[in-house]
Amino acid sequence: MQQFHQTFFEESFEGLDIMENELLNLDVGNADSEVINTIFRSAHSIKGGSGTFGFTAVAEFTHVAETLLDEMRDGVRQVTQESVDILLKSVDVMRDMLTALKDGGDMDAENIATVQKQLEELLGTEGTSNTSAPESGSNNENSGVDGWLISFRPHIEMLRTGNDPVRMMYALTELGDIETKADLSALPAFADLNPEDSFLGWEITLKGDVNKDDITEVFDWVEDECDLEITPLSSSSAQEIESTPTDAPATTDTPTPAASPTKQAGSKKSTESASIRVGIDKVDEIINLVGELVITQSMLGQIGGEIGNDEGHNSSRMEKLLEGLAQLERNTREIQESVMRIRMLPISFVFSRVPRLVHDLSGKLDKKVELVTTGENTELDKTVMEKIGDPMVHLVRNALDHGIEPPEARKQEGKPETGTLTLNAYHKGGSIVIEISDDGAGINKERVLNKARANGLVGENETLTDDAINDLIFHPGLSTAESLSDVSGRGVGMDVVRKNIKSLGGSVRVDSVEGKGTIFTIQLPLTLAILDGQLVRVGSETFIIPLVSIIESIQVKSDNLNGIAGKADLYKLREEYIPVIRAQHVFGMEDDNASLNDRLMVVVEGDGHKAGIIVDDLLAQQQVVIKSLETNYERVDGLSGATILGDGTVALILDIAGVIEMFKTLSAPVPPSPVDPDGKDSDIAEEAA
Amino acid sequence: MTTPATELNAVINSEVDPDADQFLTFILGEEEYGVDILRVQEIKGWDSVTPIPNTPEYIKGVINLRGTIVPIVDLRQRFSMPEVEYGPVTVVIVLKIECADRDRIMGIVVDGVSDVYDVPEEEMKDAPDFGNVVDTEFVRGLATVDEKMIIILDIDHLLSGKEMKATDTLSA
Repeated sequence: MQQFHQTFFEESFEGLDIMENELLNLDVGNADSEVINTIFRSAHSIKGGSGTFGFTAVAEFTHVAETLLDEMRDGVRQVTQESVDILLKSVDVMRDMLTALKDGGDMDAENIATVQKQLEELLGTEGTSNTSAPESGSNNENSGVDGWLISFRPHIEMLRTGNDPVRMMYALTELGDIETKADLSALPAFADLNPEDSFLGWEITLKGDVNKDDITEVFDWVEDECDLEITPLSSSSAQEIESTPTDAPATTDTPTPAASPTKQAGSKKSTESASIRVGIDKVDEIINLVGELVITQSMLGQIGGEIGNDEGHNSSRMEKLLEGLAQLERNTREIQESVMRIRMLPISFVFSRVPRLVHDLSGKLDKKVELVTTGENTELDKTVMEKIGDPMVHLVRNALDHGIEPPEARKQEGKPETGTLTLNAYHKGGSIVIEISDDGAGINKERVLNKARANGLVGENETLTDDAINDLIFHPGLSTAESLSDVSGRGVGMDVVRKNIKSLGGSVRVDSVEGKGTIFTIQLPLTLAILDGQLVRVGSETFIIPLVSIIESIQVKSDNLNGIAGKADLYKLREEYIPVIRAQHVFGMEDDNASLNDRLMVVVEGDGHKAGIIVDDLLAQQQVVIKSLETNYERVDGLSGATILGDGTVALILDIAGVIEMFKTLSAPVPPSPVDPDGKDSDIAEEAA
Repeated sequence: MTTPATELNAVINSEVDPDADQFLTFILGEEEYGVDILRVQEIKGWDSVTPIPNTPEYIKGVINLRGTIVPIVDLRQRFSMPEVEYGPVTVVIVLKIECADRDRIMGIVVDGVSDVYDVPEEEMKDAPDFGNVVDTEFVRGLATVDEKMIIILDIDHLLSGKEMKATDTLSA
């Protein structure tokens, strides 16, 4: 059972997302029954799933919400803003409950009870009675029953929906002792047997004092896909026969029960999206293998080319071989591209979190906000996506809280009462750009500057450009919200946003015009698995410098070289002095060329520090697949990973910020001046930098 | 083709019996060392590696093992034995190291592989304490096969990341 939990949770969370989205789409007063149906189905799946897995608290709660939805679906109840709000709250509660179950945390019982009470009040019912539950399941004539005779005959196609009779049997054994008798009469000859069809039927005798509801619950998922009769065994209670409405001809099941991969919770949804769920590790494995394939292919191509050169192209067999190799090359490239695309998901996965946020926050803040999203189908890597969600939500909160003004204020400014929040995403080069813009008040530069001055971040007489002032909001400890709210404004946010985005190898900038609005622009690499790199040669080794860190590559002119304390070198690059790092030095390799004149220097920037790295040669620029050194070894300073080059050898990828850091600590102890033994010599390093 | 029942039993017993572990042995200089054969992933000839800067000497570098980056340790250097030129019989034994948090794959460079022996647990003797002369922490035990002494290594201890660093400072 445990193994299905993960799937259940994933699917339930997806179901909750669907419910949330559809609830937000719901047109109050004139609801589309199809939308209500979708919401209902999601709730029903969650209820069924949680019942199956014994999460009774979730099942009970969901049941109440489902009842409300059911009434809406049947048109008995009008869709009101109130009920939608309560249903949205229920979605939150369900999500919290499931999260608690998943992570083994505690549920907020009080909150659950409150929302459940609200739901019940709305329903006008007391307790969790099943007044209008979809499955008429309130048969409580269980007492005094010795057991049940269950006649279970799956329809021929039941297995195809992913339902496994063996699972149901197991579920029954949890209720009491069972005896089963299989009915093989419908089993065709072996030659005609389709393993995906079910041909069997069972007579199950369930002994024990069991509630009939519990039994029907076991078959909840297949009620439309089987003939089911449940008869009490004892003579004491009234004979009751309940059979599902559908009647199909011969019913049975294949004799290979355990083999069928079951996902009960998924059966209803599988028809709605044409996708499969695959573990990310499996995809990564394929990516690895394809990487190998590419290497093998290039090796073969090389050998083929050599043979062709030696023997000439005159033999027709040779020609065919070369043709085949060219074909192989095209195919492998295509495979590689497609495989990389598997990891890519449209950014709508992140954007879809925003409508709810806007709905809730605008209500809380008494603001009118319209949300416009464009470019939802822009794709990016799943890993990047997972990490960009929180920073983005934070920026949206900020835009709503600080950016867009209350309706009255907007009116006074001559703007429409409803503010607009725009999310936009598009590809630009090898990156994805996400813009979050609002037409609100913009950043109050004076206030930011005053605050920065008060905090000593900016000197009294210092003047800053507008951009520089705007950039101050990313500084830790600056929050300009006039009052602290639970929405945002604790001054620990924007710096974290920037830090998180930087850790993904991206950047964030802000443009703002007072009174007009603010635009946050996030730029991110499309994937963390691939990197655009500049291959450089240092000594006999090849290293890779990430292209994003490189500003330019120049040839060193000795005129621009300056020494400091006869030790560290500085290079005058236009108006700046940047430290010169000898790659050989940092990596403990021997440098056979002491002079720096005429050598190649790659000017890089890492963590806000610029430096020039001396290399021996600039090789190709190419995309490389990043592989971790930590998997089998450990983190190494100055390296962010490794990759496998076309010839199968390993090349190391430089972590520029790390290299600069290493250079500092390396050059720090060198100066002859006596240094405080406790000090980390960082002051001196700073000077050198 | 019939297999005598006794032989079959012996095979079955050897699989069931936890005391008779199998060890792959290899040569370092004049000495023969053994590692648990279940940990051996593969044995391959020495090939060039990509050195990793600023790591201990005995970390020769990393190789590409079918798409995985695998570090290679020179066991001679690890034991501070005199270095030898790598020759045609120099091999890399790729081992699975079980660490507390996760498994790793690592390769060790040795002079050559020797044989596979069954060594029952009770025949394995503790290594005597040499004090500071020889560090016996990485020795799981000593076994005698055909009058030869085989040093059975505790590779988890020997090659776990923590130990590699700790000994680095020791040798300094």
